[in-house]
Amino acid sequence: MKSIPISPTDSPNVILEMIFRLKVKDVMTTEVVTARRNDSLHKIQTMLKDNGITGVPIAENKRLFGIVSVDDIFKAYENGTITEEAAKHMSKKLVVLEDDMPLSFAITYFDKYHFGRFPVLNRNRELVGIITIRDINVALILGINRELQKLEESIDTHPAAEQGTPKREFFVTKYDFENAGKASTEIKKLLKGCNLDSKTIRRCSIAAYELEMNLVVHSNSGKLSFSLENDIIEIIAMDTGPGIEDTEQALTEGYSTANEWIRSLGFGAGMGLNNVKRVSDDFFLYSKPGGGTTVRSIINIHPQGGCDDDG
Amino acid sequence: MTTADLEKRLEYTPRTPYDGEREITSGYTSDLLSDVMARAEEDSVLITIQGHKNTIAVATLAGIAAIVLCSDRPVPDDMRAAAEDEEIAIFTTGKNQFQVSNEIGNLLGL
Repeated sequence: MKSIPISPTDSPNVILEMIFRLKVKDVMTTEVVTARRNDSLHKIQTMLKDNGITGVPIAENKRLFGIVSVDDIFKAYENGTITEEAAKHMSKKLVVLEDDMPLSFAITYFDKYHFGRFPVLNRNRELVGIITIRDINVALILGINRELQKLEESIDTHPAAEQGTPKREFFVTKYDFENAGKASTEIKKLLKGCNLDSKTIRRCSIAAYELEMNLVVHSNSGKLSFSLENDIIEIIAMDTGPGIEDTEQALTEGYSTANEWIRSLGFGAGMGLNNVKRVSDDFFLYSKPGGGTTVRSIINIHPQGGCDDDG
Repeated sequence: MTTADLEKRLEYTPRTPYDGEREITSGYTSDLLSDVMARAEEDSVLITIQGHKNTIAVATLAGIAAIVLCSDRPVPDDMRAAAEDEEIAIFTTGKNQFQVSNEIGNLLGL
C-alpha cells in the first residue's frame, strides 16, 4: 500500500494544525462490522462483500481478539480452510490505535505498517472504531474545504448587489488562468446592459481586464470590485500581498516581474498598470512591499476634457 | 472584407463555426495580450501565435471579430469552446504573422 503523501512534520501549517487537532476518534468509523471467534471464514467473506470492506475485527463484548482481512480469506481458499472458524486463522499480532491519539499518529502508523485499517481502542481497551486511509482522506478534504471557505469569506466574495446601482465583487485566484478574464467579461456585459457608449465600455474593459490579470499573475489572490454610481465607474483591485517594491518602476512601460512561463502566455509585457492609468480619468495605486496592493481606477461616463484609449 | 474571406480568399482553415458575413475593418498583429487589449481596434482580426483560452478573453473584451493563429499553432479544446461561446472565429494557417499580416493588409486595401 502506498504511503500517505502528507508529512506530519513538513506540511503547510493549515494541514499540520488539522492533523494535530483532529483526534483519531473524530475521523474513525464508529459503526464497526465485527465477527465472533467461532464465525467461519466463509461467513466473514460474505460480511466483507456485503459491507464493501477489506477487513473485519474479531471482537466479542467490545473486546478485540484479532482481525480477518481479505488476504486471510485468500489464504484460506489456498489452504482449503475456508469453512474453519476465525479464531484459528485471524491475525492476532495486532497494531491498534487509541481514540485519543492525534490524527498525525494514524498517518505515521499507516506509513509505518502498511495495513489497510487499524482497530481503534479506548482507554479501557474496548473496541470503539476502525480507521482506514479513506476515513483520513475524507476528514482532510472536509477540513481543507472548511479552511478554504474561511479564507474566501475573509476576503468577502459575495456580490455586493444593491438595487439600482450596478455593483459587483469578484474573487480572483492566483495563477487561475482557467478563469482569468471572467470578471472583466462580466463587467463588460453589465455595462453593455446599461447602454453606455462603446468607447466607455472599452475603457472599462481594459481597466478591468488588466487589473484582473494583475491579480492572477502577481498577487496572492484578491478581489476585483466594480461599481457604477452617478455616472462614475469605479474599478478597484485589492489584494493582500505580496506588494510592489517600487511603484514608480511598476508603472514604467515594459517593466515586469513576471516569470518566463507567464510571459510565454502573452502576459507580463509590463503594460498592464500603464494601460489602466491611460484609460482612467483618475488613477490611484497604493502598495507596500510585504503588504497588499490596492489599485483604483475611476472612469467618468461623460468625462470633461475626454480621455482617449488610443494612447 | 468579411470573416468568410479569411477562408475563401486566403484559404485559412476555420476552426470554429463562424458568421461569414461579419465585417472586418482592421487587423492587429501581436502576441502580447496587454498590447492587443490596448491597441487592437473593434471589429479587427487578431494575428497571433497565442493559442490559448486567455486570447479569447482578450478578443471578447477588445471586440475582436476573428483570430488567425499562425505557424500551425494548435487550437486547444477549451480555447475553441470559449471562442464558440463568445462567437469569435478562429482560423489557422502554416504562414507566419508577417505573411498573414501582409495578406490581410492587401485584402483590406491598406
